[in-house]
Order: sequence, then structure tokens, then C-alpha cells
Amino acid sequence: MNGWRKSPARFKIGLLIMLVVGLTALCSFVWTPYPPTAIDIASKLQPPSMRHWMGTDHFGRDILSMVMVGSRTSIAVAIAAVAIGIGIGVPIGLLAAERRGLIDDALMRLNDLIFAFPALISAIMITAVFGPGALNAIIAIGIFNIPVFARATRGAALSIWPREYILAARSTGKSDRRITFDHVFPNVSHLLMVQATIQFSLGILAEASLAYVGLGTQPPMPSWGRMLFDAQTMIGVAPHMAIFPGLAIVATVLGLNLFGDGLRDMLDPRASSR
Amino acid sequence: MTLWRSALLALTLVLGSASAHAARSDLVLGVVLEPPHLDPTAGAAAAIDEIVYANVFEGLTRIGANGEVLPALAESWDISDDGRVYTFKLHGKVLFHDGTTFDGEDVKFSLDRARDAKSVNAQKVLFEGIENVEIVDPLTVRITLKQPDGDFLYNMGWGDAVIVAPETAATNKERPVGTGPFKFGNWAKGSQITLLRNTAYWGSQPALEKATFRIIPDPAAATAALLAGDVQAFPVFPSYETVPQFQTDPRFKVVIGTTEGETVLGMNNAKPPFDALKVRQAIAHAIDRKALIDGTMFGFGTPIGSFFPPHHAAYTDLTAKSAYDPELAKKLLAEAGHPQGFKTTLKLPPPVYARRGGEIIAAQLAAIGIEAQIVPLEWAQWLDQVFKGKDYDLTIVSHTEPNDLNIFARDDYYFNYNNPAFKELIKTIAATSDQAQRAELYREAQTVLADDMPAAFLFQLPKTGIWDAGVEGLWENGPIQANDLTNVRWTD
Amino acid sequence: MANYAIRRLFISLMTLLAASAVIFALIEILPGDPARIMLGMNASEEAIRSLQEQMGLNQPLFMRYFSWLFGMLTGDFGRSYTYAVPVADLIRERVVVSLPLAVLSLVLSTAIAIPIGIFTASRRGRPADTAIMGATQLGIALPNFWLALLLVYVFAISLRLVPAGGFAGWETGTWTALKSLLLPAFALALPQAAILARITRSSLIETLAEDYIRTARAKGLSPAQVLYRHALRNAFIPVVTILGLQFAFLLAGTIIIENVFYLPGLGRLVFQSITQRDLIVVEGVVVLLVATVILINFLVDCSYALIDPRLAADR
Repeated sequence: MNGWRKSPARFKIGLLIMLVVGLTALCSFVWTPYPPTAIDIASKLQPPSMRHWMGTDHFGRDILSMVMVGSRTSIAVAIAAVAIGIGIGVPIGLLAAERRGLIDDALMRLNDLIFAFPALISAIMITAVFGPGALNAIIAIGIFNIPVFARATRGAALSIWPREYILAARSTGKSDRRITFDHVFPNVSHLLMVQATIQFSLGILAEASLAYVGLGTQPPMPSWGRMLFDAQTMIGVAPHMAIFPGLAIVATVLGLNLFGDGLRDMLDPRASSR
Repeated sequence: MTLWRSALLALTLVLGSASAHAARSDLVLGVVLEPPHLDPTAGAAAAIDEIVYANVFEGLTRIGANGEVLPALAESWDISDDGRVYTFKLHGKVLFHDGTTFDGEDVKFSLDRARDAKSVNAQKVLFEGIENVEIVDPLTVRITLKQPDGDFLYNMGWGDAVIVAPETAATNKERPVGTGPFKFGNWAKGSQITLLRNTAYWGSQPALEKATFRIIPDPAAATAALLAGDVQAFPVFPSYETVPQFQTDPRFKVVIGTTEGETVLGMNNAKPPFDALKVRQAIAHAIDRKALIDGTMFGFGTPIGSFFPPHHAAYTDLTAKSAYDPELAKKLLAEAGHPQGFKTTLKLPPPVYARRGGEIIAAQLAAIGIEAQIVPLEWAQWLDQVFKGKDYDLTIVSHTEPNDLNIFARDDYYFNYNNPAFKELIKTIAATSDQAQRAELYREAQTVLADDMPAAFLFQLPKTGIWDAGVEGLWENGPIQANDLTNVRWTD
Repeated sequence: MANYAIRRLFISLMTLLAASAVIFALIEILPGDPARIMLGMNASEEAIRSLQEQMGLNQPLFMRYFSWLFGMLTGDFGRSYTYAVPVADLIRERVVVSLPLAVLSLVLSTAIAIPIGIFTASRRGRPADTAIMGATQLGIALPNFWLALLLVYVFAISLRLVPAGGFAGWETGTWTALKSLLLPAFALALPQAAILARITRSSLIETLAEDYIRTARAKGLSPAQVLYRHALRNAFIPVVTILGLQFAFLLAGTIIIENVFYLPGLGRLVFQSITQRDLIVVEGVVVLLVATVILINFLVDCSYALIDPRLAADR
């Protein structure tokens, strides 16, 4: 493909990091150095060594194995939350752009309402109502993806509607709904891909934050955020417990952001000057 | 010669002034939790008693450092032969911190208020046995019980039974007014609470002039505050993992004591398969208490085999009855009809002992085939679902109230444990006042529980106290959750 | 313009009203009984019922909503269940921690970001620009609570320069109090600074490409003069907008950082109140935070309209 050679460096780096993270997650299904949930109190809090590359935690579990399995949690929660945002937000945005008027106003006011809530506090309240766990973390994060996608879709769709080819399609007698499906949606989808990458990386951070306050994935399933929570009280005795899960988060988010930026530059060359 | 003499003189002067200088009279103590308010008669939070018990508020009796009942506002008492009428002789010349005089009216007011239908006293059950309270004369109060109660004097020593004045009862939450050796100074919310010496105290004056309780919930910050000397005592140090660091440091005294907190793996005795004794025994034998204490509490904590604090005179060691033996556990499970094990849930309240302990126990149960899914709950949900609703299979919680063996005899308690013989035994204990006889009955009750295994008994919560080597008089054990400062002083 | 402002204000107030209903409904369905949690495990059912009555928990839901709403209009946020003091007092006590923390991190983030933004914009495409922009990517990817943990390890535990957590209180002296806010403010500021630096840079680059800048250059002004006299002023408009939004985020978003450092601020108050089911406190604080966000959005909208009157006509 010609695009690869032309693609910006950050796109390549981002894609590379994402591949490494993704492969690690896949690998963890079939192999980890140790069983990630095997408790061995006798070898607790060991610093990194040849046996345990990232050391062990307060239960003597191998941190490398936990970080590997934890990537699954982060990725799954973030993807599902993005899916909620796209699944509900994009139709809302398309509908608002298609109908304008009262529906547009009402939908956008609803968006304003959700935007006015401090996301994290609301997510904490939601998980407090429905109980902590991966599924509720997905819902809590996903809800805040809805207005983001709705706004982005509406904005992009509004700029498509006045274009000539839409007018042409109209003159052939196509209904507004058909035009939305046939012309508007395909033309906003590239923008949605960029937005999805951004929300994906924000989702990784949000999942980690929720797990960090104890409201995300529950034990024994490892999660990066909860590993950091466990590390907090032991930071003075075992800093390695905090360092590695944190690095995993940083690397993943960095990869996604670089990839997203690169993607935007390729799809919208005007923006690359920035 | 003169040189020697003047040198000696100088030395004595220096030493003399040094020791005079060292007699400090203020102390900063670290506590983990901020109390919601400071009225011990209107809330269950142990954080309230940790500040005010024996310092600001006093009851008729009080609990001493080793769990014994001591006279407090009552200097003496008589018990009628049928054990139903207690006549308390009160101390005279006792003043509340606001200057009003303490007398029998205050006692009657406090006790009637606590047992009133509208009372919000968290330990209302302590007062249920009272039939009436009469004032014989200003310094004599007669309390008649519905039936004899061997625990009555002990019950009157709880923080929830302290004597308050009618004038200030409504405002004690914000500005506590009691009769104790310290009066309330100031409360900087989220930061610290200061108590000041009560110079008008009826008993002997405390050595401390000022005591500050600094609220430090963060283990790392607690460690740092002690090392920096910002806090000179942490009676219940929250960071077990850093205790060894202080044990090797001569500037500090590390005192590991016990508390009244029996930590148990509660089982729903009414719900299959936990209604089968063999299943409960299998679970008890599947738990490696040493690994549990090492992993959860970093080695601090005493294994228990029944429901009784090891520091108590009537304690008997029954840990052998639930010794770690996974083979035996598997065998018992097979005999109970579950050779492949089963699936269940483990609901956990927020404290670290429960959350960390739950992960370890779930792993240990998995080793004998019991797959326990962990369900973490907030306190509010735990109280609703597990404690009140009894909608649970397994749970971990520490029972920190003193003298609470009788919870296994209660109807409608969350264990759903129903053993008429044990209930009878508890009734007998309640009606017995002879100490030797009581101890014998207590041992019997402990054995019944260790055999019947209504819960798997795990460990006694430790009291990890760390304080400056120059401080003395703080409690080693925690028979109740309190920081009695009456005898605390700086040495050297 | 005035018309537009009034319409936006009306919409903002309606949003706030709707938000208050959502908040109330969401919080009141939190499972768990506030009375039971206050009285603990040994409490009798009778005592719990008495307490519920005292707290007014047995009144119908909508009655409580309206009395709460009208109370707030008169500045009465209700009385905390657990602390037994007016919620407004609690909020005031916590704001003196959260607000300085938010301001301090905003100042820090601006102080770091603006010079970096200017520097990189003026060296666009050169190695220094590329390197620093790479670093800002890293900054954006940092979870602030993880950064906080690392800062605690280095500066509080290893070097013992600042306290590891807790807040000394303003009465212990400004410097002592400020010291306990330094690490949390920095942990909050760094990821924000990374975002702000990127926005400053791109906004400056865009402005420098505008016609009037070219004209200024053509007039013979030096690059520095062009930058400081003309470009900066105009480039700062989006930057200030972002600053406003970040401030709202910082005020509400400190919840995790306050938990890492055990600071008695608004975020921690909300968190504790949720677990203790001190519902009236949660409601009060969340409404306040939502109102702040709405107010800032309103101001941002109005300032846009001032800069570009076409916007006001369009919407």
C-alpha cells in the first residue's frame, strides 16, 4: 500500500504500540509466565528479578502475568464503551442533522445536560447504584461517550447536507433517511474513526480510574487500575507494584493517541499543518 | 579541683534543665478515621469513642485497659440479692465542662434518653433490660432491671452509656460537654481535633495539658508523620506493611496487642449447602490461617478457633479444631455430597482485612473445589443485603464489639444459626454474676461454637500501636475502641 | 447580543433544573439505608426507624425533592446526616481546599504550557519542536493518579520534602498548607499542561498564517514583535476557552487526586458521602459542581458570541 509509506511517523509508532499491546492481550489467553491469579504468600513483594521480571505483588502473584491479563480488561471495557457511544450517539447525531428543528434542539439540550455532569463523579454514582464490576464500568463510561459522538456526528453531518451531491440525490427523489444512510453516514465515518480512537484512549484511562477507586473489574480478574490501587498503600515498600501497571497504561494510551493523530492527519491533510 | 567542681556544676545544670525541658505536656496522636460527630450516644462509629471515651465523657462505670469493669462516676454500688436492683453511689463535686453540677438527675436523664422510644442510640440493646431508674437522693441512683443481668455493670461502661447533661445533650455532636479529665477544644474538620486538660476535673489531673488527634487516613502519610515527629503516637497504626521498619528504630515503641475484633468467614447456616455441618467444617479446614494472616495483615493478628478474644481470662485455644488440612476438607466435602465442590458467592465489605482476605480465601477454597465468586460491597449495601437481608452465602467481617459471644444466640441474626442449647447457655451466662462460674461457662460456649462451626473463625484483629519511646500510659490492647489518655505522660 | 445572552441564560437555567432532578433521582435510588449505616451492626430496628423519622427519610420522594430545591434557592442546602451540620458549612470547609488546589494546578499548568507552546510554535518543524511535542504526547497519556503515586514515592517517601498526604490546614500557616497541595497540584497540572501546550502551539501557528500577520511582517516588524504584539493576543482566545473548561474539570476532577493524597476537599467529600449514604451532601456538592460547569459553558458561549457575532445570529 502506498499509504503506509506516506503515513506520518507517529501513525507508524502508534500502530506499532497498539499491535504490541493487542498481541500481548491475545498471548495472555494462551500463555503467561505464571498463572496470574496464583497466590503464593511466601514470595510476596519481591522486586523485579530474572524469575519475576516485574516482581511480585502483596500476594506473591507475578506482576508481568497480571499486567498481560489486565490488558484484556482495559481493552474490552474501552471498546465496549466506545461501541455504546457509537451505537447510540451516531444515530442521534445523524437524526439531529437530518431533521433539524425541534428534534435537533431537544437532542442537543439532552447532550448539554449530560455534558454538564462531572464525568467521573457521575460514573462513581452509577457504579454505586448498580454495584461495581466490569459491566457497570462499561455502562458508566459508555454513557459519556454518547454525547461526544452525537455532537461530532451532528457537526460533520451538518456540513455534508448542503453539499451538491446531496442536492443531486434529493432531486432523484431519495428520502432524507435514504440520503442519511447512502451519503451522509459514509462521509462522516472517517471522522468517527478518529473520534473513536480518542474515546478509546480516554476509556482506557477512565477504566483505570474507576478500578483505582475500587469500582471497576473485580478480583480475581486482574486490572491495571486495581493493581495501582493495591500498590498505593505499599508504595514505600514495593514501588515496582505501581510502576509497571502504570507504564502499561501510559504505553497503551500513548499508542492510541499517536495512531489517532496520525489517522486524522492522513484523512484531513489541512489539520496536519497544526 | 575548682575546675572539676564547676564542670560538675555545669553538667548538673545542663542535665537539670534538659530534664525540666523534656517534661512535655502535649501529645499529637494519629487516628485513621474522622468521627462523623462527637456524641457517642448517637452513633455507632468507633471513631467517636476513639476521641471522647474516658477523655471527655464518663459513664457510671468504665472499661479498663484489660477489659475489666472499673468505677467511674459511680464510686461504688450495691446489688440486691436477686440481682435485679443496682444502687449506685455517685461521686460528689463533679462538674460538667460547662460548669453545671453532675448529679442523679443527669444519670436518670441519660439512661431514660437512651432507652426512650425515640432514641437513636446505636446500642439500645444495652438498656433494654432496665425497668426503671429512680433518684434516691442527689448522689444515689437506683436502677431496677427486668431480670438479673451479669453483664449490666459492663454494659454501663460502654461509650454509648456515658452520662450527658440535659442542657447540652442536643449539642454534643458538635461541642461535646462531659465530665471527663479533658474538655473539648476545637475541631478543624478533615484535619484534627484538640482536647484540653479539664482543670476542674473531680479525679486526679491528667499529665497532658493538650492532646491533639490528627486525622491521617493514608498509610503512607501515617508512616511519614511518625518518622517526622509530627505525630508522636499512632495507637492503631494502619499500615501493617511498614511496622517492621519501626520495630528496628529505637526512637519508637511498637506494641502489638489484641482487640475485640474477631474476624470470621460468616456462612449462611440456613442456606444449602452451608446448612450441612460437614460443608462448614470442610470450609474451616480449607483455610490456611497463617497464609491468610501473612497475606492480609502482614503477619499481625492471632489465629482463632472460636469466637472469643485471646486476651480475655476465659479464653481457650481451640484453633486445632479448624486446623488447615485441605485433604480432610476435600474428604468432608465429598462426604457431604459435594465431591466436585460447588459454586458460591463471597460478599465483602470495604475494610482491607475483608477485601484482601477475601481474595486469599477464595483462592484457598478453590483448591478444594469450591468456586467462590467475589462480590465487593460498600458498607451500606453490606448492611442491607448481608446483615439485614441475610441474602448471602459467605462473607467476611470483623465483629469488633466487646463481649459479643451472644450474637450466635440471637434470633434473626445474619448467620441464621439456630442452636437451642447454645441459646440456653448464653442465657445462663447472662444470669450468672460469679466470675469463676462465668469463665467456665464461657469456655463451654467457645467449645460449642468451635464444634458447630456456624462461621469459620479466622483471626483476631491486632492493635498495632506505635509511639515515641518517651510516651507511656497508652493501652496495649483494645478491649474497647478507645484512646484513654488519663495516664498518658512523657518520661525522661 | 443581549437577546442571545438571555436565551443562553434561560437554556442554562433549564439545564440546571433538569440536572437537579436527575441528580436527586439518581442519588435517592442508591441502595442502602443512611440510618442503618449511621447506627451500625448492633442497632435495633426501633432505633433505626426513629432515626429515619428524624432525618425525614419517610416522606414521599417528590416532597423531599421540592423542599430540597426550594431550600437551595434560599441558600439552605440541608443538614448532613452524618456530620449533623449544615451542608453549606461542609462545602465551605472543603472548598478552601479544592479551590486553591484547582487554582494552583491551573497556574502551574499555564506556567508550564504557554512558554512551551510559544517556543515550539516559533521553532515549528525543527528537532526541538518534534521532541517537545513528543513529550507532550507522553504527558497526555499519563494518568494523573499514577503520576501522583510516583511523585509521592520520590518527593514524599524518598526525599521527604513534602508530606505524603493529608492537609495541614490553613491555620498552620500558608506555606505549610501550600506544601501539602504542591504534589497534588503538580500531578493534576502536568497532563493538563501537555494538552494546553499543544493547543497554544497549534493556535499560534494558525494565527501566524493569517493575512494580517503577513501584512505586519511585510511592514517590516521583527518576528518577535509580530509574535508578541499581534499573534499572541489573538491566539489566546481558544487557549482561554480551554482554560475555562479545564478549570471546571479541575474542580470536579480532583476526586481521585484528593483520594490519593487524602485531602479533605470536595471530591473526597462526595466520595465519602456516597459510601456513607449521606445523600443530601452528595446532592448538594454535585449540584454545585454541575452549576459551575453550566456557568462556565454559558460564559464561554457568550465570549464566543462577543468575538464572533455571527455565532449569536446562527444559533
